[in-house]
Amino acid sequence: MALQNITSPHAHGPLTTAKVMRRLLLATLPGVVALTWFFGPGTLVNIAWSCLLALGCEALVMTLRRRPVGFYLKDCSALVTATLLAIAMPPYSPWWLILVGVASSIVVAKHLYGGLGYNPFNPAMVGYVVLLISFPVEMTRWAAPLGGGATVTPGLLQALQACFNPATFDALTMATPLDLFKQHGDLTVTELWLQYPHFGRWSGVGWEWANLGFLAGGLWLLYLRIFTWHAPLAMLAALALMSALFYQGGNPGGAGSPWFHLLGGATMFGAFFIVTDPVTSAVSTTGRLIYGALIGVLIFVIRVWGNYPDAVAFAVLIMNFAAPFIDNYTQPTVYGHKRDGGSKP
Amino acid sequence: MRKIRDFHGGVHPPENKAQSLHGPIRPAGIPPQLIIPLSQSYGSGAVALVEPGQHVAKGEQIARAEGLSGVPEHAPSSGRVAAIEERSIAHPSGLPATCIVLDTDGRDEWIAHHGAEDFRQLEPAALLDLIRNAGISGMGGAGFPAAVKLSVNPANRIETLIINGTECEPYITADQALMRECSVEIIGGAEILAHLLGAKETLIGVEDNKPKGIAALRRAAQGSAIEIVSFPAKYPSGGEKQLIEMLTGKQVPSNGLPADIQVVCQNTSTTLAVYRAVHQGEPLLSRVTTVTGEAVTRPGNYEILNGTPIDWLLQQVGFRQEHCSRLIMGGPMMGFTVTNVAAPITKTSTCLLASTETELPSPPPAQPCIRCGFCSEACPVKLLPQQLYWFARGKEYEKLEDHHLFDCIECGACSYVCPSNIPLVQYYRAGKAQILELRDEHERAERSRVRFEARQERIEKIALARQEKRAQRKAAAEQRAREAGGDGSEQDLIQAAIARSRARRKEQTR
Amino acid sequence: MYELFSQYPFTAAMLALVGLGLVFGAVLGYAAVKFKTEGNPIADQVNDILPQTQCGQCGYPGCRPYAEAIANGEAINRCPPGGETTIAQLADLLGVEAIPLDDEHGEEQPAPLVAYIREDECIGCTKCIQACPVDAILGAAKRMHTVIASECTGCDLCVEPCPVDCIDMLPEPSSVRNWRWEMPAPAEIIATDRAA
Repeated sequence: MALQNITSPHAHGPLTTAKVMRRLLLATLPGVVALTWFFGPGTLVNIAWSCLLALGCEALVMTLRRRPVGFYLKDCSALVTATLLAIAMPPYSPWWLILVGVASSIVVAKHLYGGLGYNPFNPAMVGYVVLLISFPVEMTRWAAPLGGGATVTPGLLQALQACFNPATFDALTMATPLDLFKQHGDLTVTELWLQYPHFGRWSGVGWEWANLGFLAGGLWLLYLRIFTWHAPLAMLAALALMSALFYQGGNPGGAGSPWFHLLGGATMFGAFFIVTDPVTSAVSTTGRLIYGALIGVLIFVIRVWGNYPDAVAFAVLIMNFAAPFIDNYTQPTVYGHKRDGGSKP
Repeated sequence: MRKIRDFHGGVHPPENKAQSLHGPIRPAGIPPQLIIPLSQSYGSGAVALVEPGQHVAKGEQIARAEGLSGVPEHAPSSGRVAAIEERSIAHPSGLPATCIVLDTDGRDEWIAHHGAEDFRQLEPAALLDLIRNAGISGMGGAGFPAAVKLSVNPANRIETLIINGTECEPYITADQALMRECSVEIIGGAEILAHLLGAKETLIGVEDNKPKGIAALRRAAQGSAIEIVSFPAKYPSGGEKQLIEMLTGKQVPSNGLPADIQVVCQNTSTTLAVYRAVHQGEPLLSRVTTVTGEAVTRPGNYEILNGTPIDWLLQQVGFRQEHCSRLIMGGPMMGFTVTNVAAPITKTSTCLLASTETELPSPPPAQPCIRCGFCSEACPVKLLPQQLYWFARGKEYEKLEDHHLFDCIECGACSYVCPSNIPLVQYYRAGKAQILELRDEHERAERSRVRFEARQERIEKIALARQEKRAQRKAAAEQRAREAGGDGSEQDLIQAAIARSRARRKEQTR
Repeated sequence: MYELFSQYPFTAAMLALVGLGLVFGAVLGYAAVKFKTEGNPIADQVNDILPQTQCGQCGYPGCRPYAEAIANGEAINRCPPGGETTIAQLADLLGVEAIPLDDEHGEEQPAPLVAYIREDECIGCTKCIQACPVDAILGAAKRMHTVIASECTGCDLCVEPCPVDCIDMLPEPSSVRNWRWEMPAPAEIIATDRAA
């Protein structure tokens, strides 16, 4: 056998990109289960359909870019993007909505910028924001949760019908807790909770559990060291701090309790599955702290004073812009150097 | 107990050390031919002192050090110098270099030699000469001449001498075997070095995965001031800078030397070589090298003569050539591949790893970087490897230097953890090489500019001088013409010139 | 004062403008003296970038003259020894677009060359010594000449004048000393790319 000429190191660790991506997919499971339990199989249909579309889009673009399709499909990054987008979308979304979302994510946000690793913006969030701006009605029509407005959830057949024949599907939908909170600034928190039973215990029936599910998945990833604690913790801490500062004791005009914000909307999903996206976030540990904290602040600002009820996508995209800038000023102090706080720009 | 600090990052690759630790250190024997390269990887090399055909005794000096950072070479066994020629050597480039080729006679006859009576009576300078003349280069892998490392500026009063017995690379067990079998000599060598440097404390740093080695050293060090410090295994704790940080809490300044923070570090094998050079007067002729890997049937630690060809050595240890996919000089993290098995083992060869495809599989094609940051978590120097990777690919040399590329120790931890299989270290090596080449080119250009301008100036000066002379001559001619009664007109000048040349011709013909 | 200005707005405006002009003129004048730069800094910076081969292939008698010409608007693509890299650096410095090398002035050499004199053929005419722009050839009349390889810029200027044609331009031999690591092949494109 001819002797190989390879540069060191010759040993390699066990992790591969595909493995990282598969673990990420697995980690969404608890959250998805919670969503399915409370809102029915709409999310599952979302995920299945969007994964199918994503693989198709990826293969199409790879063929156009004259790259080996199989090699790039195997890294599972398209599946991750598709799954994250599908989770963020309302359950029982029609097929075309998902198609537009996936196409904007994979084709525009990912491959037009150079493909995996080169995209400056989180593809799933780009897809989500494109949909939210273009189809606000469809994107804000959430199903009513089990035990918080609905007594039964739609079945799998109905979910498929909702996706592929949306005209015939008519489900019970209602405003999300974040929406409600925004529309009723004149009530105290106690009044609100009394008036709308689906606020649940802290931040909405179903929503609390979905958030806890994503928190569990995130903690598992943290345990596996797929990402570091810096960005998610900074984001959650900043959000909690902001909401504590502006809570105003639950009086009218206040902004909801820290629990409401931490377990409401897409907070945990964002913290552990979107903010931690390595490609579009800051790199150094200090940078990740700053990046996460600013996202937390932005989420709160947009939720409370902005036009949109939830804000994870916007906050993340805005901070994606700033990530390279943050990186430039937060270089770690290298061994043997005096602490000097970053390099020249 | 000494407080052990942790260094940033690091990885825990599978150790694979048990394979080569079954038996004691065995001598590999005397090969029919020894190939001694004159240029080691560091330093300015050596100049041959022998002629082809000449007979040399074991231990006889066959090459002298060139410059301050060179290392002299000695005949590892007795025999006849066959040639001094280009031979393939173990070097990442795979290029040949000048070597002394020695046909051994198998008699292994020593030249007369004797050790120092009592090293404590010797001046540091004399001890240093002993070490320099014994041809000892750093045996941990980099091969920096030991004497250069030990000749520290007297302004830096050395506080701490650290003997590096870490051996953090997987597979390698040479130092560990030496600690088990030669602990007394290692301690003796450490005492010599401590005396030479005037060090206040002497530490031997050993990873805690070598309990037998630590016990042997502790036994041998009883009654001396030498402290054996063990710490949890983590690659690359054996990096000089990392070890110093762990044991003293101090960081070697960038671009600086350990001596700048009053520390000197030496490898275990080097320490042993110092002991033998001082007490027995033996130059460095052989070393203990780990020969291991699945493509070898008798892995273990072998005492190998400097210059032993790899192919001969592999025959002795049961090489299964058909299974070997990679032959690595050094460990799996920092070693380089050897493609020509005729190359020799040298003083810096810590390990020869003959691996199979299943043991160390060929790297799959690199995938795009996803900026996962595993590399920056693993980097022991706290660099941002992925940023360096982008800059190296984009040839942004200024950015590379801004991000401290030159502090990279090329330990390979970043490539080890990279999920996308990017050969990061190679990018850094190439980046460094390109920056150095650019600096070199710039320096050369600067020299050329100076030379060009100097020449230009000289030519101008000569032209100016010529012009002046001409003007003077003209003035003189005018003067003469005026004296001759003319009015200094052109006609007169020509006449005068004709007259002058006639006079000269007359003079010549005479 | 104020009344005066309000009565004669035109005069007031003129006064203000003249006053401003004086102030800024003074500031600019001061700056011109205070921050005065010696020589022609652009030409110096350009000269820093040029490879200092002094080969004259650009049509100027050396790098310095070409640098001055560039500072005065000469094309930046006339330096074959510098090649693409130099053109890119010059374009960067001068804020112009990088243009491909002008073939008229020669082609970029892949590796730097060094002149070697076949010494037993040398007749000692000193012509090459006079031609060498950086004094890198040693020798005397009717004595053998030799090139100081470390100082040779590979400019080629000594080859032409040699009457016996005994000068070779050769690439530097690669050895363990001058060997350098190379960038990895861009694997993520090539190793996996389809044959286009």
